[in-house]
Amino acid sequence: MSQTQFAVKPARPWKLSIRSLIPDILGAFFTVFGSLAIVAITPLKGKLGFALVLITLAIITATTVSWLRKDRKAAMNSRTTVLVYIAAAFVIIPLTSILYEVVRLGTAGFSLRIFTEDMSVTASDTDLSEGGLLHAVIGTAYVVFFATILSTPIGVLTALYIVEVKGRFAGLVRFFVQAMSGVPSIVAGLFIFAFWMIQMGNAYSGVAGAFALTVLMIPTVARTSEEVLKLIPQDLREAGLALGATQWRTVATVVIPAAKSGLVTAIILGIARVVGETAPLLVTIGGADAVNLNPLDGNMSAFPMYVWKNLLIGSPNAVSRAWLGLFVLMVSVLIFFAMARYFSSARRRSA
Amino acid sequence: MSNQDNPATTNDREESMSQVTGSQASNTRDRNANNRSVSSHSLADVANARLTKVGTPTISGSGLEARGIHAWFGSKHVLEDISLDFFTGTVTALIGPSGCGKSTFIRILNRMHEFIPTAALAGQVILDGKDVYDSGVDVTKIRLKVGMVFQKPNPFPSMTIKENVLSGLKLSQLKIENADELLESCLRRAGLWDEVKDRLNEYGGALSGGQQQRLCIARSLAVNPQVLLMDEPCSALDPGSTLRIEETIRELSDSMSIVIVTHNMQQAARVSDYTGFFLSDGGPGRLIESGTTNDIFTNPREKRTEDYVSGRFG
Amino acid sequence: MTIVAPDKKVTPAPRVITTEPRITDKVFRAVVTGGGMISLVLLGLIAYFLIFNGFEAIRNAGLGFLTGFEWEDAIPEIGQDARYGIGAMLFGTIVTGIIAMLFAVPISVGTALFLSYYAPEWLKKPMVIVVDVMAAIPSIVYGLWGYFVFMPHAEYWAKLIHKYLGFIPIFDMPAPVFTRSPFVAGLVLAIMITPIITAISREVFAQTPPERIQAAYALGATKWAMVKAVVFPYGRGGVVGGAMLGLGRAMGETVAVYTVLNLVYDIRIEVLLSAGGNVASMIVNKFGEADFVELQALMAAGFVLFLVTLIVNFIANFIINKTARE
Repeated sequence: MSQTQFAVKPARPWKLSIRSLIPDILGAFFTVFGSLAIVAITPLKGKLGFALVLITLAIITATTVSWLRKDRKAAMNSRTTVLVYIAAAFVIIPLTSILYEVVRLGTAGFSLRIFTEDMSVTASDTDLSEGGLLHAVIGTAYVVFFATILSTPIGVLTALYIVEVKGRFAGLVRFFVQAMSGVPSIVAGLFIFAFWMIQMGNAYSGVAGAFALTVLMIPTVARTSEEVLKLIPQDLREAGLALGATQWRTVATVVIPAAKSGLVTAIILGIARVVGETAPLLVTIGGADAVNLNPLDGNMSAFPMYVWKNLLIGSPNAVSRAWLGLFVLMVSVLIFFAMARYFSSARRRSA
Repeated sequence: MSNQDNPATTNDREESMSQVTGSQASNTRDRNANNRSVSSHSLADVANARLTKVGTPTISGSGLEARGIHAWFGSKHVLEDISLDFFTGTVTALIGPSGCGKSTFIRILNRMHEFIPTAALAGQVILDGKDVYDSGVDVTKIRLKVGMVFQKPNPFPSMTIKENVLSGLKLSQLKIENADELLESCLRRAGLWDEVKDRLNEYGGALSGGQQQRLCIARSLAVNPQVLLMDEPCSALDPGSTLRIEETIRELSDSMSIVIVTHNMQQAARVSDYTGFFLSDGGPGRLIESGTTNDIFTNPREKRTEDYVSGRFG
Repeated sequence: MTIVAPDKKVTPAPRVITTEPRITDKVFRAVVTGGGMISLVLLGLIAYFLIFNGFEAIRNAGLGFLTGFEWEDAIPEIGQDARYGIGAMLFGTIVTGIIAMLFAVPISVGTALFLSYYAPEWLKKPMVIVVDVMAAIPSIVYGLWGYFVFMPHAEYWAKLIHKYLGFIPIFDMPAPVFTRSPFVAGLVLAIMITPIITAISREVFAQTPPERIQAAYALGATKWAMVKAVVFPYGRGGVVGGAMLGLGRAMGETVAVYTVLNLVYDIRIEVLLSAGGNVASMIVNKFGEADFVELQALMAAGFVLFLVTLIVNFIANFIINKTARE
């Protein structure tokens, strides 16, 4: 074979050509129409019936076609491929439904006005053109803000203890923090209730809720910060120490700036985690209807409480209000989530 | 130390080799000529010391042949117009500096190249008269016929030694009559039987590096390949294990063709019957010269080949 | 001229190096250690306060607290003491947890496999984001969606299961009420914990050593054969750990269960029936009107829940840490 005169074109002969896909396409058609036929004939009816038949028929068809074309191992491979796609569909479908319904049912009563009024003078039963959720906004803002202020230092210090100082109890602390992230949210609420209210005799208030959320937020902040700090290469620390800096200076001027965006991500993830927590607030903040600007005193509201109260009332308007609250809550969570992703990719870009 | 083969046959093979590579055939092989002699005597001696096999040249497919292979990663052209014949019953070494596409090339031979998302190729790989890249070809069957041993030994740690050797059969769901016979035969051919025959039910991770690599060789043998590709199989091993594996390679070439990529020129000289020299000048890798190992190391045609085998670069 | 004894090689003893940290470092270490200890202490405080307040209730009921099926306030008129036992709710916690796992684990592992080895390139990144978003959705969203949107479907499926498989005792029904059953709750929980298990499984699969994957393919394996031979043995521990973390989350869930599960104080094996409960939702249910005595019982219930989820999480993290080190 001598050198060719024309330019040689790159090709991908392993990519499935249309010809080789014909049996699969035929199989797909057979599956769909066969399912329709079976549903029409047998008592299996409705969307569920069709879905079940479709799935079963898809698995059988794919497996059989591969078995006939090649051999048993190819058949098992095709069967697994179909199953895996089905599993992925089972994940996408509920999420799509959730997002769709929240938007559909939640935007019905949406207007910018709801951010300016609360429910102190409006009954939940009334039409959505009155009343709003300002009290929930302010309540959530307070509670989350205080929780962040409390949990960020503790979480970051914990991470520093595990990664930088590596004290004697580092392994123990790490294990306990991991365990703490599994504590049910109601337990965190009960704990604060027992400690702040029963033991210390306080009433429902915003700070109580903040404390409860802190308990939930610390593990998230600590664990994410720990991972971020671990990613900082050891050379950086050694460079600092080799220049004669103390450990404190090295950490403060070298490590933390390098980990900055990661730590911000950790905090935002913590916020996203707690902003939607319901159970701990149920037992600590009391669920007010009016805007309460004093976090230390008096019942406070928050988004989850707002939704909860309306849900329990149960009338159509109340339920609509609940969905409205859910919608605003979801949007907030998604915003925080997007911010966290932005900061973590900013870290990767500059790293 | 003189070559023991028949000069006439050597010249015939040279002719067919040159047909394949498209370069001019040399006139004579004058071992005493000064102007083209290689300065490192040891390589030449080593090459000459070895018994050169007379391979059956492939005219119509009973072996593996690469025709006009080009390879790309995205728009980067990494291999240009490689054509090589791999004669049955011989060992072919692929030498050249790192980065010139040798590993990419052998991965094209057993269709592992296509796992990389941006990979593309041109040309044909003919096995038993058919292009392995034809549409409708069952790629898993190709890999049964063209096996591969990797640079880093990679036995399956979740399987025992016995299960490792037979894993190829299990993965392809092949049934055989006497598994124990096959087990012993593969381990013997790989030179590992005596060392592990009493511990076949231990896990593969407990062996030394050299033993693990021989286990991987035994594993590849169990599915009865026609061609065995080896990507620098000894570069992670100590010299003792290396020599034992080279012995194994020589013995295995009685029943199959072996293609070995190596950076170690002495190894190529020791072990192979044919050698191909790859080089890239910053662009795509090219096959500069190929021929019998004797020729490449004693009397290469191209100056670049001579420079490489005499250690002037690389 | 020095005389050297040729055979005597004296290896000196290692030097003892002491570094006295500077004051700033001492302060730094103290502050950081203090912060780290707070986390330790917090966990202990949680346990302490729950026990401290729930003690009476446990003392009164003894072990019957765990097994008792009644939750009755005291009726002083007839001199009946309060009887509080969380047995039924504990049973419900376990049952809903199991149902959730039954559905969540196969789907999660399948989705993780899909994302790791089967999805086309353009679909991978968006879908990973989708799964992460699902993990961030607050549980109250699942609660409302579960009740208003999902439950009618689940009810329909439950009716079908009862119709065709009703001969199996757990699918039998003493009364045809299909809404708000452990079955529905389990399904909603399954949807909720799937993203967590998927994310962990995917990370584990991504760490499978590529050379083993290559070895399997080089031996002529199909994708599924490769997964069975290499990915599953390697990732087994991580997936199990992830599944247990999901179980812990499901067992402690409150609001998502509250809306879709009708709180009935009874142990029943008929999972399709509208009766059940789990400890967390019971606490929330009774909390609003609880008097002091009942509150103690609720605290005790919270402590039990705390212990159970703690143990599950310990085991899960232990498995994950152990297999990560290999």
